[in-house]
Amino acid sequence: MSTPLIEMDSIEKHFGPVIALGGVSFNVMEGECHCLLGDNGAGKSTFIKTMSGVHKPTKGVMRVSGQETMFDSPRDAMEAGIATVYQDLAMIPLMSVTRNFWMGREPRKSFGPFKWIDFKHANKVTMDEMSSMGINLREPEQAVGTLSGGERQTVAIARAVYFGAKVLILDEPTSALGVRQTSNVLATIDRVRKAGIGVIFITHNVRHAMAVGDRFTVLNRGQTHGTAKRGEIKPEELQDLMAGGQELAELEGSLGGTI
Amino acid sequence: MSDERLKQVSAIRRAMIRPELGAICGTILVFVFFFMIAGDSGMFSPEGIQNWGVVSAQFAIIAVGACLLMIAGEFDLSVGSMIGFAGVVIAILSVQWGLPVWVSIIAAFIVCTALGALNGFLVIKTGLPSFIVTLAFLYILRGLTIWLSILTTRQTIIGGVKEAAEGDPLAWLFGGVIFKGFFQWLGDIGVIDTFTRGSRMGQPVVEGLPMLVIWALALIIFGHWLLTKTRFGNWIFAAGGDAQAARYVGVPVNRVKILMFMFTAFCATVFATCQVMEFGSAAADRGLLKEFEAIICVVIGGALLTGGYGSVIGAALGALIFGVVQQGLFFAGAESSLFRVFLGGILIFAVIMNTYIRRMITGER
Repeated sequence: MSTPLIEMDSIEKHFGPVIALGGVSFNVMEGECHCLLGDNGAGKSTFIKTMSGVHKPTKGVMRVSGQETMFDSPRDAMEAGIATVYQDLAMIPLMSVTRNFWMGREPRKSFGPFKWIDFKHANKVTMDEMSSMGINLREPEQAVGTLSGGERQTVAIARAVYFGAKVLILDEPTSALGVRQTSNVLATIDRVRKAGIGVIFITHNVRHAMAVGDRFTVLNRGQTHGTAKRGEIKPEELQDLMAGGQELAELEGSLGGTI
Repeated sequence: MSDERLKQVSAIRRAMIRPELGAICGTILVFVFFFMIAGDSGMFSPEGIQNWGVVSAQFAIIAVGACLLMIAGEFDLSVGSMIGFAGVVIAILSVQWGLPVWVSIIAAFIVCTALGALNGFLVIKTGLPSFIVTLAFLYILRGLTIWLSILTTRQTIIGGVKEAAEGDPLAWLFGGVIFKGFFQWLGDIGVIDTFTRGSRMGQPVVEGLPMLVIWALALIIFGHWLLTKTRFGNWIFAAGGDAQAARYVGVPVNRVKILMFMFTAFCATVFATCQVMEFGSAAADRGLLKEFEAIICVVIGGALLTGGYGSVIGAALGALIFGVVQQGLFFAGAESSLFRVFLGGILIFAVIMNTYIRRMITGER
């Protein structure tokens, strides 16, 4: 077994008297999709933010490719190849696909003291990257607002991959999407994983996780309940773990087994 | 296949559907209207054009600053007070303290852009809406201006700048005119009327192109280029579109916003300096309501009040509409109070049209 791309070892995070994370261990390998499941309030957001450099852990060790690391800012995490795609904050809808894609890293041309964005190059790369993700844009200047939710997530993923992400953290990428859009995003995750990138897929939807996940970790009340490999665990068990194994069993009976 | 089909439409769409479309239509409408009601009043003679051209250029100077700031997601309500303040600073330093005019002008630019930075810094650090912070500065600066002016000269109008600016190397850049030879030639061949009597006999009635107009054009070109072609322009859009999303990808949102506050203050100072050089005096009540006029120009030009969307060319056309309507009603001999009625009407018309266009472009619902 090779070294994980990123490894979180017994991470604790306290906000004053509140223990948001109480010793979470988690890792992701090259080319795998590791699903992090948890109900609302389980500590998923805190955990992602710790991994992506927004929060510093109170206790615990973080290793990137085996090296012990501590991120001071999201910028640090990005430079280490850890890209996070947030659910709502992935894209700016009023701006064009190209402008969004290159935001913060615009390619430039210069003449003397004047520097300007090389739009020809930027547009071409955007179109190519998007079509390699299976999305045919009408034109790269079209506003992101005209894209569907699934396409927006895909632009954000394509952007992260293009800029050299080794680990991709996806924060509930499918939670606001319809059936068809969800399957597009899941297909994108699969494509990215096959390119050797480690994907951390955060969701509370067991079926979405089962569709692409290689390993599954459940987070409940700031703690992990172990990690299971694909085939070792049934969807119902994951669901129970997420809910803390209580009331849901009864509820599921009356609903006919699909949540 | 649907891809190819859409591409055919896009050429026409792209040419037609742009942020400035509302302002372009408004400009055409306003010009047609005034051709009809005031076409024979001298409004479109060289003198008339100079008249509304200069007024429009004044609006354009402050509108460019307000436009970029609004796209970056912030307002500046202190523009009008800043104009009064900058003028009085120049007048006090040059006339009262006897400093060279060019030193006074540079000092005014430094003080005012620093105040712009302070505006921005307070907005960023407190997290308060810029509406409130700059509203406070609207009062603070106006009060300071009147106080300083009375303290040093015991009056609110300070004259004598014209005499002090005689032969000054920098004053010309704001109050001078260029292409005098060309305009003389236009006068000689009869395109422009010439004076027939007095000491200026034979000279054209329009002496040349005022530097004010040059400033306006330069700021429009610079603003448009910065916004649409450069990396910094992309950051302006991003800062106003969604500051948090922009921060996540490493855009220095705070720096962008503070710089835009400084640029707005810079534009206000350009306006003030041109005005002081033209009138030869500064007055503490100059620039009243200019902040709103600038915002109206920007909004007519298609910018979104909440930021992230807009056009410098649109704002410049908004300024042109503003200038033409204001002076045009005067040429048409209409009751001057009707100006506001007309302007309000245009504002509503342009904003409705802009909202519709923006939805078409951005898929907003």
